[in-house]
Amino acid sequence: MALLRLTSPHAHGPMSTQRVMFCVLLATVPGVLVLTWFFGYGTLINIVFGAAVAVGCEALALTLRRRPLGFYLKDLSALVTAVLLCIALPPYAPWWLIAAGVASSILLAKHFYGGLGYNPFNPAMVGYVVLLISFPVQMTAWAPPRGLGPVPGFLDALQACFNPAGFDGITMATPLDVLKLNNSFLIEDLWSENPQFGRWGGVGWEWVNIAFLAGGAWLLYMRIFTWHAPVAMLVSLALLAAIFYDGGSSASGGSPLFHLLTGATMFGAFFIVTDPVTSAVSLRGRLIYGALIGALIYVIRVRGNYPDAVAFAVLIMNFAAPFIDYYTQPRTYGHSRKRGES
Amino acid sequence: MRKIFDFHGGIHPPENKQQSLRSRIAKAGIPPELIIPLSQHIGAPSHPVVSVGDRVLKGQVIAQALGFVSVPKHAPSSGIITAIEDRLIAHPSGLVAPCIVIATDGRDEWLTHQGYPNYTSLEKPELIELIRHAGIAGMGGAGFPSAVKLSVRDDITIDTLIVNGTECEPYITADDILMRERADQIIEGAKILHYLIEPGETVIGVEDNKPEGIAALRAAAKGTGIEVASFPTKYPSGGEKQLIEILTGKQVPSGGLPSDVGVVCQNLGSTVAIYEAIALGRPLISRITTVTGDAVREPQNFEVLIGTPMRYLLAKAGYQAEKNNRLIMGGPMMGFTVPDLNVPVVKTTNCLLAPTALELPAPPPAQACIRCGMCAEVCPASLLPQQLFWFAQGKELEKLEQHNLFDCIECGACSYACPSNIPLVQYYRASKAEILHQREEHEKSEHSRARFESRQQRLEQEDAEKEAKRAARKQAAEERARAGGRQGDDDPIQAAIERAQAKKAALQSDTGKGNELQKLEQAVVTIQKRVDTAQAKLKQAQAEGSDLVDALIAGLEKTRVKLEKAEQALQIFRASQPAAPTDTATVDAAQTAIRKAMTARQAEAEMSPEQRAKTNLTKLEQRLQKSREKLEQSRQTDQEDSIIEALESTVERLTAKVEAARQAMNTATDS
Repeated sequence: MALLRLTSPHAHGPMSTQRVMFCVLLATVPGVLVLTWFFGYGTLINIVFGAAVAVGCEALALTLRRRPLGFYLKDLSALVTAVLLCIALPPYAPWWLIAAGVASSILLAKHFYGGLGYNPFNPAMVGYVVLLISFPVQMTAWAPPRGLGPVPGFLDALQACFNPAGFDGITMATPLDVLKLNNSFLIEDLWSENPQFGRWGGVGWEWVNIAFLAGGAWLLYMRIFTWHAPVAMLVSLALLAAIFYDGGSSASGGSPLFHLLTGATMFGAFFIVTDPVTSAVSLRGRLIYGALIGALIYVIRVRGNYPDAVAFAVLIMNFAAPFIDYYTQPRTYGHSRKRGES
Repeated sequence: MRKIFDFHGGIHPPENKQQSLRSRIAKAGIPPELIIPLSQHIGAPSHPVVSVGDRVLKGQVIAQALGFVSVPKHAPSSGIITAIEDRLIAHPSGLVAPCIVIATDGRDEWLTHQGYPNYTSLEKPELIELIRHAGIAGMGGAGFPSAVKLSVRDDITIDTLIVNGTECEPYITADDILMRERADQIIEGAKILHYLIEPGETVIGVEDNKPEGIAALRAAAKGTGIEVASFPTKYPSGGEKQLIEILTGKQVPSGGLPSDVGVVCQNLGSTVAIYEAIALGRPLISRITTVTGDAVREPQNFEVLIGTPMRYLLAKAGYQAEKNNRLIMGGPMMGFTVPDLNVPVVKTTNCLLAPTALELPAPPPAQACIRCGMCAEVCPASLLPQQLFWFAQGKELEKLEQHNLFDCIECGACSYACPSNIPLVQYYRASKAEILHQREEHEKSEHSRARFESRQQRLEQEDAEKEAKRAARKQAAEERARAGGRQGDDDPIQAAIERAQAKKAALQSDTGKGNELQKLEQAVVTIQKRVDTAQAKLKQAQAEGSDLVDALIAGLEKTRVKLEKAEQALQIFRASQPAAPTDTATVDAAQTAIRKAMTARQAEAEMSPEQRAKTNLTKLEQRLQKSREKLEQSRQTDQEDSIIEALESTVERLTAKVEAARQAMNTATDS
């Protein structure tokens, strides 16, 4: 047998891109289960249908770009994008909304830029924002959580997706909507007046957030990503909420705990902000990147036109990531702290 | 306990050290043939001092060090030199290099040698010389000559002397087994180093995955003041820079040396070699090499002679060629693949790793970089490997340097961690080579530009000088012409008349005749000198193959003509002297001149008869012919205008001379 001629290193670690993606998929399970418990089968149907569309789009794009299908499909990145987008979509979304969103994510945000690794913007969030701007009605139609209204059964959910005209769904303002529209109530009164508010955040939402937090903690444990960006984002969001809580007055932006456990906060922190491709690279850079996203989320939630803000905050910071990287190069071994000196 | 610092990054690959630690160090024995490469270290290769057919004894010097950063080679066993030729050596690119080949005779006969157990009686430079003479180069991998490392400048104080027993690469146990079995030798070696360097402290650094080795060392070090420090196992803590940070918390400045932060590092194996060299007088002719991997039946450590073919050593460990997919010298992280089993073991061969395809599979194709940053997390140099990767792909060499590519120690941690299987280190190596190549090219072009500019300047200056001289001559000629009232021509009689007139004028103004003679003699000497210089220059130019040869020949020709003229003038003057002394002042100038010229002719005729005038003419004609040919040739080959012009003027002058010679001959015949 001829001896192989290879350069070092000859050993390789256990980590693979496929494994990274699979871990992310696995970590969404608790969050998806809690979502399904509170809002019914809508989310699950979203995910299954969205995943199928994503694989189709990915295969189409790879064929057009003359890339080997099997090699690229098995990295699971398209699946991750679809699952993340579909979790963010309202349950009981019509099929065309899902298809349009997934197609935007895979084709527009990913393959137009050169495929995995080359996209400057988070594909799932690009898909989400395309839908939010194009179809604001469908995108803000959230079902009431279990306990505040009826939860549709599996067949109803299927009908909602594939025969939207025949589905008569009930929608309800989310806690963030309620807070946004409030201009006269003290926080305490708002809490007692509206059934949407739970113990810490929104009813159902607080558990959804805790579930995503658990999934994120597991990913941290598995060393899929570092703590820097998500923790920085949560801290800056909580900090701003604390500063502008204003004692719970009618002008208050809501309590820190409310912000941490409502809307897409935890999902964003551990599944969107941590997207390696589009975030800052150095550890210090990730701290800045995460903190600025947290700040933007708070500002948009409280002052902007949209009730939730993760998608916009992330996309804006995607722009800034290369800039942040430029200024946060780590100090190389044997170099002095100042840039440009050795 | 000393404070242990951490360094950034690092990885924890499977250690795979146990399999080669089951037995004690075995002697590999004497192979029938030893192949000793002349270069096994960083620096100049050594120079063979034996010839084919010589019998050498074990420990005899067979190649001498060349220069400061170099070490000699010794015969690892007794035998006959059978060849000094190029052989395949252990090099990542499968190089052949000059090697001395010894056919061993199995007698293993030592050269008489003697150690200095009482080494403190020796001066330090003597000790360092002993270490150099023993051929010791760093045995951890790079192979830097130890004597150079130990020659610390007087103005530098060393706080910490570190003996590097980290051995962080998986699979390798050569240092571990030394600690277990020869701890006292390590300590003795460390004491010698301590005496040499006089550091504030001497520390032996060992990763905590070698508890038995650490215990043995600590027992041997008791009462010596040498500290044995253990620290958490993490690759690449054995990198010199990383180990220095772990033990002292200091970082070696980029591009600097450990001594810049008051540290000297020595490999543990080298320390034992230094002990053997000083205390026992034995040169470095064998080392401990780990032979391991799933393709050998009995992985273990061998004491093996330098120059032993790897095939021989592997066979001792039960090598199964059919199972082996690649043979690695060194460990799985930084080792390189060996092209052939006949490659010899050298001073830096700490491990031979023969894995199976299952053990170290061929790398799968690389996927896209997802910028996960795992490479940056593990980089011990705190670089941004994936940024470097992007720049390397885009060949952005400047950006690569800005991002400190050259601080990369090529430990391979980034490639190991990369989930997309990107061969990052390979990209860095290629980029480093490219940058170095570019720097070299740049330097070369800078050098030739400077050379061209200075040549250009020199030529311009010469031209200007020539131009000035020409102008001066022209002016002088014009003045002469004006003073003489008419153009001087080459008619010698006319010339003689003119000169006579001038002389008369000179005499009238009471200038000594001797003066004129002196002047003419001076002129001949000067011009002769110029001819000599021109000839020397021409010779040099011809030897160098310079493109100035033709121009120099033309110049030489001109100077020769001048020399002849000057000699002629001198002769004429001398000839005129005897006739002149009595009546110069009274006789009519023209008549005197004529007479003088006639006398000159006569004198010439007396000195050189008709025949000689003829030969002179033929010679001149030959020269003219040659010059014409040369001119023709130059015209055909499109030479520079200046050369053609010079040749043209030579031809012209020679024509005139031939004419003059003819006249001279005619005159001679007439008289």
